[in-house]
Amino acid sequence: MMKYYNKLIFELSKPGRKAYSLPALDVDEKPLNNLIPTEFLTDKELNFPEVSEVDVIRHYTNLSNKNYGVDKGFYPLGSCTMKYNPKINEAAARYDGFANLHPLQEEACVQGALQLMYELEKSLCEIAGMDRFTLHPAAGAHGEITGIMLIKAYHDKRGDFKRNKIIVPDSAHGTNPATAAMAGYSIVEIKSYENGLVDLEALREAAGEDTAGLMLTNPNTLGLYDRGVKEIANIVHEAGGLLYYDGANMNAIMGHARPGDMGFDTVHYNLHKTFSTPHGGGGPGSGPVGCKEILAEFLPVPLVGKREDGTYFLDYDVPDSIGKVKDFYGHFGILVRAYTYILMMGNDGLKKASEMAVLSTNYIKEKLKDYYHLPIDTLAKHEVVFGGLKDKSTGVTTLDIAKRLLDYGYHPPTVYFPLIIDQALMIEPTETESKETIDGFIDAMIAIAEEAKSNPELLKTAPHNTIVRRPDETKAARNPVLKYEG
Amino acid sequence: MYPYIPNTPQDEQEMLQAIGLDSMDLLFEDIPKDVRLTRPLNIPPSKSELEVSSYLKSLADKNCSVSRMACFLGAGAYDHYIPSVIDAIISRSEFYTSYTPYQPEISQGTLQYIFEYQTLISNLTGMDLANASLYDGGTAVTEAALMACAYSRKGEIIVSAGVNPQARRILKTYAHAQNLKVVEVETKEGVTDAERLNELISDETAAVIVQNPNFFGLLEDLKTLGEIAHKGKKVSMIASVNPISLALLKKPGELGVDVVVGEGQPLGIPLQFGGPYLGFMAVKKDYMRKLPGRIAGETTDLDGKRSYVLTLSAREQHIRREKATSNICSNQGLNVLAATVYMVTMGKEGLREAANQCVQKAHYAFNELTESGKYRPLFDKPFFMEFALTSDVDADKINKALLEEKIIGGYDLGRDYPQYKNAVLYAVTEKRTKEEIDKLRRVLEGVK
Repeated sequence: MMKYYNKLIFELSKPGRKAYSLPALDVDEKPLNNLIPTEFLTDKELNFPEVSEVDVIRHYTNLSNKNYGVDKGFYPLGSCTMKYNPKINEAAARYDGFANLHPLQEEACVQGALQLMYELEKSLCEIAGMDRFTLHPAAGAHGEITGIMLIKAYHDKRGDFKRNKIIVPDSAHGTNPATAAMAGYSIVEIKSYENGLVDLEALREAAGEDTAGLMLTNPNTLGLYDRGVKEIANIVHEAGGLLYYDGANMNAIMGHARPGDMGFDTVHYNLHKTFSTPHGGGGPGSGPVGCKEILAEFLPVPLVGKREDGTYFLDYDVPDSIGKVKDFYGHFGILVRAYTYILMMGNDGLKKASEMAVLSTNYIKEKLKDYYHLPIDTLAKHEVVFGGLKDKSTGVTTLDIAKRLLDYGYHPPTVYFPLIIDQALMIEPTETESKETIDGFIDAMIAIAEEAKSNPELLKTAPHNTIVRRPDETKAARNPVLKYEG
Repeated sequence: MYPYIPNTPQDEQEMLQAIGLDSMDLLFEDIPKDVRLTRPLNIPPSKSELEVSSYLKSLADKNCSVSRMACFLGAGAYDHYIPSVIDAIISRSEFYTSYTPYQPEISQGTLQYIFEYQTLISNLTGMDLANASLYDGGTAVTEAALMACAYSRKGEIIVSAGVNPQARRILKTYAHAQNLKVVEVETKEGVTDAERLNELISDETAAVIVQNPNFFGLLEDLKTLGEIAHKGKKVSMIASVNPISLALLKKPGELGVDVVVGEGQPLGIPLQFGGPYLGFMAVKKDYMRKLPGRIAGETTDLDGKRSYVLTLSAREQHIRREKATSNICSNQGLNVLAATVYMVTMGKEGLREAANQCVQKAHYAFNELTESGKYRPLFDKPFFMEFALTSDVDADKINKALLEEKIIGGYDLGRDYPQYKNAVLYAVTEKRTKEEIDKLRRVLEGVK
């Protein structure tokens, strides 16, 4: 890397430079105001930079050097399943027939794309134990609202309008209550047992004739499998509600258990977690939603159908559909990557992936529990949550630990989530990390725990060797500077 | 062994031993037997990279990509030129294998390009600020409408029939769930009926949504429509715009628009059968704390260095939970980077030149195609790069004939507007050549 680089692209601009080239206009050029009336036209220049192609490449290459990614190293960010992103996925998504296909082309021109979506849907159904899937939702949160709208449509069709509440455990992802509210529901938050599992008594009390449904993730956000899930499903179903499965934690159970068999009626996956599509610095993701037959008539349009003659079609004939939730048919480019991964891994590989993810998590749990507070010491699934240092006398916080990990070259775990664990440090190693990598991380975590005793200031002032150190978030929020003004 | 699972059977044994278990099965002991899957998943077993890539190539090859044809299809997704630098940058794995920039110390690359993107979108639209993007143009319209309802504490949304039909369907889906009322204002001669809008504005109105250029490609009088909208109290004027057009057209910010959204796909993002694309949103200052989605902001670090963080997160779901402005917890990350690189690569002159070529070629095509009188303009109004023609020939028949000549024809407006049966919407980008347009004319003239 060059010496510390701290320029914005706008600061490289010099009048007259350019990074683009276009062919000369091959039709007779007319004055613009002969084609478009003057009142619509701007007389102002565009306030965009003028740079060369070399400037563009150098600038963004330098910015990339300021980033950490899975390809650089271990990224044990709990709840995010930062597994390796296979390179064949990227290549496949760029095949000409996939990358350069217009979504509104004639059906005969897009048969390969429809076939891929059809086959992906079948695979996703089998892995989750569901009957149908919509591939439209753009992300997990988008999947959640789609699933909740399916539940709403189900009750509405039955004329059951009194159900205006969604039950959400207090350990849930923040998107769950936000989603339910966005779908017009009020939220009933129920307590978890100390071990993070759903308090069945609290659930029995909360469930009733106003219950539209329950949102749950299993394994939950503490990485624990909720053994009571069948009982949970019974309680909700008996009250007349339906169950939504937040599939964020699906990487723990592939080939071992299926939400459909646990009693869930609808589910979303995060293809960017479980199925190895890249997180892309925040997106684009993909959050397909599956459901049991009872909800299939409400799925968004279009679905992908297959005719007897073997051709595929976009099926808009879903009279009770909730409508559309997304432009076109979802994040097709991401679907290609996820299907590539499923084909590569196969049923054996997916099962193995969950096994290794769980094994690595329990290994980390075992190795770190003498140094970090482990509030719940039972078999973990894909992630483990510690509650800060075991020895809290030095005042070193979870944030300090996270910042110190940066000095050791690791991306820190998720911090301060789930909310029900004080000083939470949530570690999810995934299956794509070798024992050596994991051991290296464990050693770093132990070294940090030792430093906390011997030199707590070192942690409280960490990080020390990153390019910037604890940017001031309070200042950013109090006096927002959201664009460059020269 | 699997290529993406590095641990060997020996590693496995050592790790099992360390946690005191004898077998992998015991790791799943906490799952009760009655919900355990005891059979293999009914999907094919693992395959080699060669087998998988050859199968996927066979699927890709069944599609007729636009790179081998002349594409006159638009209607919300456009075949623009994409500079090579974009894929070079977004293929850097430091960008695409990173997560949301929660740890700013090791995410300055992502945070800075989001900040640059927000600057570019703000400048392009003439608005005060922009967020770090939403899923796509259609859902961005809905998010804007929901924001307007929260902003005004009212529940009626007026949307022009000139807004992309997909966006209107998404809006209706969400509005239904939240008990919001959506009222459509018809178009008159292809553009939003201003008189009718004036009648519809009431004390209940939270938002007026129009698209520019609208779905028919025509230019809307944003200023007048905005003035009508603002007769209502706390009404948000929302415009969904084509970003390329803003290189030439007056900026929504100058025309009284409060919230600008749009589909960012034209900014260097491949068609890829409808997604992933990019929804942008830019607003006036008053809306800052109601804005959905991520926002990056500038600050300083412990040593006083300029740096960037995600900010104003008090709006968001992980803090506000059910009181959040939206449930959204991502942005289009890598597509934001693609759009940023596109905007700076095209730069001040390039975006204008591309936009001008679209306008020039679209008007050339319009004149050529309508000359013989067989195809007649559906509307007699100024347009940008898309225009609708009607004729006595069935739209489906036209497109089949074009396909045989390796031309992807326009969009059949009859699909969404029964009154415009046989009308076809043609899009002409800077990529189309005179030769292709002349060939389009020849084939069209020959269709019986």
